[in-house]
Amino acid sequence: MNFQISEDQRALQEGVRSFCEGRLPDERLAELAEGGGFDRALWKDLAELGVFSLRRAQAEGGLGLGFCESVLVFAELGRRAAPGPLAWSQLAVSLIDGVAEGEVVVGGLDLTGGAALGPHLLEHLDHVDVLLVMDDAGLRRLDPNAIEARPVEVPLDPLTPLHRADSLPEGEWLAGPDEAARLRIEGAALLSGQLLGIAETTLLMAVAFAKEREQFGRPIGGFQALKHLMADMFVRQEVARSAVYAAGATLDDPLVGSAPRAVSAAKLVASEAALANAHACIQIHGGMGFTWEVPAHYFLKRARVLECCFGGSSEHADESARHLAERAEALVAARA
Amino acid sequence: MDLRYSESDEKFRAELRAWLAEAVPAFGPPPGIHDWAARRLYDTGWQQKLFEAGYAGINWPREFGGRDLSATEQLVYYEEIARAGAPYIGVNFVGLLHGGPTLIAEGSAEQKARHLPRILRGEEVWCQGFSEPSAGSDLAALQTRAVRDGDDYVVSGHKIWCSFGPVADFGEFLVRTDPDAPKHRGISWLILPMDLPGIEIRPLPTLMGESDFSEVFLDNVRVPARNRVGAENDGWRITNVTLRFERGTAFASEMINLQQTLAKLTAFAKRVTSDGVRAWDDADLRRRLGHLAAELDALWAMVKLSVCEAEAAGIPGVGASAVKLFYTELNQRINEVGMRLLGRAGLCRDEIEDMPNALIAGRSLQSLSLTIAAGTSQIQRNIISERILGLPREPRPAAEKAKPA
Repeated sequence: MNFQISEDQRALQEGVRSFCEGRLPDERLAELAEGGGFDRALWKDLAELGVFSLRRAQAEGGLGLGFCESVLVFAELGRRAAPGPLAWSQLAVSLIDGVAEGEVVVGGLDLTGGAALGPHLLEHLDHVDVLLVMDDAGLRRLDPNAIEARPVEVPLDPLTPLHRADSLPEGEWLAGPDEAARLRIEGAALLSGQLLGIAETTLLMAVAFAKEREQFGRPIGGFQALKHLMADMFVRQEVARSAVYAAGATLDDPLVGSAPRAVSAAKLVASEAALANAHACIQIHGGMGFTWEVPAHYFLKRARVLECCFGGSSEHADESARHLAERAEALVAARA
Repeated sequence: MDLRYSESDEKFRAELRAWLAEAVPAFGPPPGIHDWAARRLYDTGWQQKLFEAGYAGINWPREFGGRDLSATEQLVYYEEIARAGAPYIGVNFVGLLHGGPTLIAEGSAEQKARHLPRILRGEEVWCQGFSEPSAGSDLAALQTRAVRDGDDYVVSGHKIWCSFGPVADFGEFLVRTDPDAPKHRGISWLILPMDLPGIEIRPLPTLMGESDFSEVFLDNVRVPARNRVGAENDGWRITNVTLRFERGTAFASEMINLQQTLAKLTAFAKRVTSDGVRAWDDADLRRRLGHLAAELDALWAMVKLSVCEAEAAGIPGVGASAVKLFYTELNQRINEVGMRLLGRAGLCRDEIEDMPNALIAGRSLQSLSLTIAAGTSQIQRNIISERILGLPREPRPAAEKAKPA
């Protein structure tokens, strides 16, 4: 066991980090929020970087890497609030042609667990070429142009535009319930990576601001009340980092544990870390934190979007409880 | 980023598991908590068994009789010890996890030869004399004086929170050897034989009603100067090496015990009935337990990550503060949910058949110490915010003199 990030993984992480920092500075997030929340050129470049073909075999033109690398890359995308249906597209790379190259943008809607009643809120409908719909029966593909939907005027996340549709056509079935369930777990792992990135970036923003901003004649970062808020942000980040890496490692090597259990734990703690750290980041920025100008709100809003997809926190808590109940039953059986 | 235990790790696990399966049942149950003599006999007896079987000093170098296991084998060890319900490290805690590792890192050849084999064999019990009534979180403010007189130090002062004091043979003691130096620079680390004249040990009952720790009064105790570990006035640096061991992997077996506690609580929630309703059927409670289980999984992943990082660096890093902070507060939250679940049964610390009431009621009290001992949660937050996040430090005591005004 060497649970540390390897040198190759570190290099990949740093490469994606510097790309995202270069292409998605704060000003660019503001422009994108203004301009509809998507950047097709950026999408193509992310494809070129291998974001979508990361887990595809090298023989098929992919990078031949796994979920460990994917969660690291998705954490970097989360750190800069990269817009678009990133997880759906990576999941779809072996199902839909043209995804790996960034030619075809695949989005999706997760209706698993009986959320089938409308109205449906569809993300990035104007930007996707294929819409996947996942439910308890499996996975199907829909033509976005065949969907009757009207735009939501004020989506919570300005970088995740929404459409509202009261019903959906059936579309073309791609996979049954087992494969859909597997993809859903994999998708939850990728989103956990993005959520980890949000927890990291909001901590960095808070610390940088607290070192600069002076009140009462000294940097506010010197006040223990704020230091302890940021220490708690760090702990949440580290808890999330550990769980997200463990989810990646368990998906890559099923012999080390139960992937559904590891992914549920990761999604839960990473959602909590992202939401709580983004909130704390706004709090530490004071009045400025409540403005549009300070980009903390983009991260809080994105965290909400990601928390809801591929199982919200209640569902993953239920899933964790199910695994816990199995252990409790084994304990009772061992005693009997 | 690999979580697979190696073949040799698994071979080690199989051997250890087979040995524990015989050794643990044969060893019998622990004595009552108030009987210190019996506790020493029991805990050191188990240590002796571990030594004979080759499982003592799992992280100690071979040249000192240790097993020198890799970091991952140590995790396997903790997993198996907890799984088998083996005796707790008990009175061997300070020697094995504090004093011993400090001697390995900083002790003289003579000190190592004198103490390390005896600690490993369960022949020598250690206690800790760091804190004082006026030096808690501000440990470097300690006032216990050690004045050099020929080949001895003459030590006088008052120590507190000294675990295992009544049965210890030796203590790791921090004393002030230079009262005129800045307070962090006038401290030395002494090995104190606990049977020297002038030492008085007074048990200090905890809120558990148990005498887990003591106050130690030192009145002109003559300690040979050769018992000093490291250079004179270098004790603060040496102490920080020890404290980082304490915040590193020292909690690993407790964490696994906590997983078992949560499973026991769950088993209880699944069968308890009140008006015919199982507590487990309450979605809010069930999700709370599920959430705690997820956090425990995350904690164990965090330990693996920090152990692998520490292995690369040689000693546990400051990131261990995050593990300590999260673990101790999570422990308290789990016991809190347990007490809510137990209701009135939690008011009874005697065992009620088929109920985890005594376990949880005891733990809910015991766990209060976790966020205080070995650096309070507030001190851990200072460490994280200053040493990891680089935020401005608290007003620095380094320039202060140790002498009281």
